[in-house]
Amino acid sequence: MKYYDKLIFELSKPGRRGYSLPSGDWGDGEIPVPESLRRAEAPKLPQVSEPDVVRHYVNLSNMNFGVDTGFYPLGSCTMKYSPRINEEMASHPGFTGLHPLQPSETVQGAMTLYASLSSALCTLTGMSAFTLNPFAGAHGELTGLMIMRNYHNSRGDTGRTKIIVPDSAHGTNPASAAVCGLEVVQVKSTPHGTIDVNDLKPLLDDSVAGIMMTNPNTLGLFETEIREIAELVHAAGGLLYYDGANMNALLGKVRPGDMGFDIMHLNLHKTFSTPHGGGGPGAGPVGVAAPLADFLPAPAVAPDGNGRLEWFEPKNSAGRISGFHGNFGVLMKAYAYILMLGRQDVKNVGPYAVLAANYVKESLKDCYKLPVDSLCKHEFVFDGLADDSSDVTTLDVAKRLLDYGFHAPTIYFPLLFHQSMMIEPTETESVETLDAFIDVMRKIAEEALTQPELLKTAPHNTPVRRPDETAAAVHPVLKYNFQSAEQ
Amino acid sequence: MSKIIEGLLYSESHEWVRAENGTAEIGITDYAQKSLGNIVYVDMPDEDDEVSQNEEFGAVESVKAASDLYSPVSGTVTEKNDALEDEPGLLNKDPYGNWIIRVSLSDLSELDSLMDAAAYKEFLDKEAH
Amino acid sequence: MSSAYFPHTEGDIRKMMERAGITSPDGLYADVPEDFIFKREFDLPDGMSETEVRRRFDALAAMNVPLKVFGGAGAYDHYSPSVIPYITSRSEYLTAYTPYQAEISQGTLRYIFEFQTMMTELTGMDVSNASMYDGPTSAAEAAMMMNACTKKKSRIVLSGSLLPQVIEVVRTYCGYHGLALTVIPHKDGTSDREAMIADVEKGDVAGIIVPSLNRFGIIEDLDGLSDAVHSAKALMTVYCDPSALAVLKTPGEWGADIACGEAQTLGMPLSFGGPYLGFLTCRQEYVRKLPGRIVGETKDADGKRAYVLTLQAREQHIRREKATSNICSNQSLMALYATVYMSLMGYEGLKEVNRLSSVGAHWLHDRLLETGKFEEAFDKPFLKEFALRSRIEPERLQHELAKAGFFGALPAGDDLVTFCVTENRTKAEAVALVDAIRRMTI
Repeated sequence: MKYYDKLIFELSKPGRRGYSLPSGDWGDGEIPVPESLRRAEAPKLPQVSEPDVVRHYVNLSNMNFGVDTGFYPLGSCTMKYSPRINEEMASHPGFTGLHPLQPSETVQGAMTLYASLSSALCTLTGMSAFTLNPFAGAHGELTGLMIMRNYHNSRGDTGRTKIIVPDSAHGTNPASAAVCGLEVVQVKSTPHGTIDVNDLKPLLDDSVAGIMMTNPNTLGLFETEIREIAELVHAAGGLLYYDGANMNALLGKVRPGDMGFDIMHLNLHKTFSTPHGGGGPGAGPVGVAAPLADFLPAPAVAPDGNGRLEWFEPKNSAGRISGFHGNFGVLMKAYAYILMLGRQDVKNVGPYAVLAANYVKESLKDCYKLPVDSLCKHEFVFDGLADDSSDVTTLDVAKRLLDYGFHAPTIYFPLLFHQSMMIEPTETESVETLDAFIDVMRKIAEEALTQPELLKTAPHNTPVRRPDETAAAVHPVLKYNFQSAEQ
Repeated sequence: MSKIIEGLLYSESHEWVRAENGTAEIGITDYAQKSLGNIVYVDMPDEDDEVSQNEEFGAVESVKAASDLYSPVSGTVTEKNDALEDEPGLLNKDPYGNWIIRVSLSDLSELDSLMDAAAYKEFLDKEAH
Repeated sequence: MSSAYFPHTEGDIRKMMERAGITSPDGLYADVPEDFIFKREFDLPDGMSETEVRRRFDALAAMNVPLKVFGGAGAYDHYSPSVIPYITSRSEYLTAYTPYQAEISQGTLRYIFEFQTMMTELTGMDVSNASMYDGPTSAAEAAMMMNACTKKKSRIVLSGSLLPQVIEVVRTYCGYHGLALTVIPHKDGTSDREAMIADVEKGDVAGIIVPSLNRFGIIEDLDGLSDAVHSAKALMTVYCDPSALAVLKTPGEWGADIACGEAQTLGMPLSFGGPYLGFLTCRQEYVRKLPGRIVGETKDADGKRAYVLTLQAREQHIRREKATSNICSNQSLMALYATVYMSLMGYEGLKEVNRLSSVGAHWLHDRLLETGKFEEAFDKPFLKEFALRSRIEPERLQHELAKAGFFGALPAGDDLVTFCVTENRTKAEAVALVDAIRRMTI
């Protein structure tokens, strides 16, 4: 990676252009808009040639690290390899030109894909119906909670305004609940990081809409008391929401529907290999058990009885949550991935992911503090270095990993421990890659004792080093300053 | 060890109060600023806003955390510390020398419910265990 | 041996199991109750080769009918430069996560900073976030943001001239978020200003959302509206098409506090509805209530210019239930799409896009009226999209056009239909569309 310091605005020179538009057979008429409705000043967009643009963005990309660059053990993010056939299929010209509002008789192929992917997700999760409209995991959570509220309200059960969320949950869980107008009630974790059933029991009454859980949880541990939790919540009239962020641990082996979950979302950009794109676009399909199928958002797809698929609004629809029907291009990628794996290989995803995590965990637990020493699922959490006689922190270890060409784990999450380091290796990494990572982690643990300063000042080989986040937040500079550039 | 100053009153949510002649200055304690780290923003109420005891009146943010401010007393905001807008780090440098808001007290008896320096020290010791 | 995506040989598996202290494959799930283990077959086809997957997608594609797009209603068939997919498919962008580790994410962070700058330029606002999911959800976030900025006010007023999907999504979010919603019907195709102002003056309104280019393609004149809204201590959000803002009066110029909308028009293919790109920009004073990721400039340990995610204390991973929004992943790669597009096009390119589209749309508008099958609907200034009253039943008109190979005449309520022309359309295609309509019976 090489430091490159330009912004596109700094390459701009009046008179240059990077576009090619048809000269048009419409004539050279002016834009027929009255002056009073036109902007006073031209926006300051760059004036650059096409080669300028290409080189600039290629140079910028050289300062980025992706799964294709190297190992990316970012816990809870499932940074697995994204097959290129996904990309090729998503840019299939038979789909990219389709307008979302085209009459349904002209988009039967696209609608069939939508329906087929929904069915595939149903069989893989044990749910009855899926909407593919949500754009991301958090959007799926919100959609799922809307379904939950709508379900209770439709039965006249209008007092259910609380949602139970474990204290170890991803921040999106409580945030989604708040957006959905639900009051968040925290349930405590046991020292093992699983839900404390004794703390849960007194929280359950007829004001509770349901509970949001990930299983395995954020420590990568299977919630072994899930059966009892499901029974308790259902007995109190609540529903169980499954946050699919950790579904990769179970894919092909255990289905949320079979564990008693009523509503769930999947992150196609995690479990189903669609690339994360530096922060999206993802997709957060929401699945529901049979009694909730009528509550999915609009539009949904179903056969019209004449051999064709038609859009419709489910009877008790939670409403519309997206402009059209989701990030369709992302759905195409996930569908390609499922077709490639097929019904046999999909059964290996979870097991290989779990095997990789346990392999790394067992290989490092003498050097790093393992707060819960047991079988993990797809990820696990260390609480800093085993030998904490130096003042080296998790942040320092993370930054030092960058020097060695690895992405850092998720750090300082979950909040249960002070030096959390959450590692998720995924099923697409070879044992050689895992070994290389293990070697480096061991070396860093050694460096922490012999040369702590090296870690405190790491990284050393990256394009930039420890940017000043405090200064960035105290006096935010959130856009390019054209004035100071002119001076 | 966090610094505690004699003569101030303290709340369990780690605000301090300097009360005099029916008005009070409110700030955050040394313990609070240490747990937050580098403070990058202080969200303050406006002049003439009402604050109530134990209710939220603003927030302090660091890069990786945010903490709501709870008013130890009730009253009307007469002044906010504008210096913190430009330099929120003042709360790190000198937490007791930099108040956040000045309040005209509506109920002097509320002061009795707050801790003095010794009680707050004991409270912190207990929290640490 | 299994899929190309699993690198494990039998020897590797043995070695890994041994180290992990697991004696049999079932041991990996020893902590899962036995009856939760799925032992049946999934209802999925056998695994395919790439050739077979291509064949499957080709077969699906053959069930679609490609149409010449003369419709918009929130998704527009603009020119998409060849450079963009080349850049956005680079591994370094495509396969990165959210830029948490700034040291190895300067590429992502820099283009977001450029994107933020360009969006503030187009909308005339002070600050921008790193993107929203799509236009309608950006409007829903704007509604919640107006509520957060005005503290206790919990009613939102929408103009009925907004796209129906925008109104519907805002309605869904408001309903669950505990915000009351009033939709003021449009008056002669544009926002009913008097009715909206009268409603806002009741005092309980957090803010209003009005379109810049509305559902009928009309350019709304918002002169003076923000003053009335602000005197009632409410906020004004303008929903807009950033491509058109290269030439139209900006939300900033109209006095808006927030601008939001759909940026699919910045070079993104139609792709059956997504991925697209929502955006949200606002005035400086509301930056702490702006949802989503924001990138800021700073210096690194060596004094080099560097970029980081900033103002994170607003976000869900820190504020949890007190965050202004639950958004986490957004549409980052689509923001790169738009940034590369805006770099290539510049102001001149965008102006030309608008010129070609609007001249074409006005040509089509006049020719369609000449067919005798339509009547003028509103006779107000429009850009690339317009509404007419159809003398042919709208549903039938749309389906007959589809049979003739065109997507156009989108039903827009009553006997109204909308058409749209972009620079991707030729005059010959438009002539063919007019001919097809001329041949239809009323």
